[in-house]
Amino acid sequence: MTKSELIARIAEKNPHLFHRDVERIVATIFEEISSALSGGDRVELRGFGAFSVKRRDARIGRNPRTGETVRVQEKHIPYFKTGKELRERLNGKV
Amino acid sequence: MADKTVTRSHLTEAVYQEVGLSRNESADLVEAILEEISSTLSGGEPVKISSFGSFGVRMKGERVGRNPKTGEEVTITPRRVIVFRPSHVLKNRINGNLGGTPGPAL
Repeated sequence: MTKSELIARIAEKNPHLFHRDVERIVATIFEEISSALSGGDRVELRGFGAFSVKRRDARIGRNPRTGETVRVQEKHIPYFKTGKELRERLNGKV
Repeated sequence: MADKTVTRSHLTEAVYQEVGLSRNESADLVEAILEEISSTLSGGEPVKISSFGSFGVRMKGERVGRNPKTGEEVTITPRRVIVFRPSHVLKNRINGNLGGTPGPAL
């Protein structure tokens, strides 16, 4: 399912809403999550999962093609941990 | 910064501010969207949200693990797990803000 398919499915179930409003709602949700993570905040959606940002320390890496060593700067990566309910649904426990 | 936790109510408030819906209906829509994603993933179908990231479903085979508290060995049954791959847009945005420029792709 892509973002536009998600929008289409939600719009179908909510015929009283304009399609462009559903687009804005979906965009707002992901924008809110992205901006929280960019500010270093956590996003916790019980039952669904939690997004957080993890730090990766600077390290000396290697260019796999040339074998040359390169300095990799410290960076931050977004991380998602699946919520309990969704984890159970995936495995047919709900 | 870095000490706040965003929850459903923040998402609801953002939707309420952005679109002219009631708070109740905004909350229902936030829930409906999370539910649509959850049920799609539960059905084994991946979810791709452009400029955010994609959620995939991966099968993990049986393995032997250890209860970290008791040290006891236990067999972990095969299961399905979700893997989230953040988009470059999201990764760059996070690194742009938190320091550490998006380094060379290694």
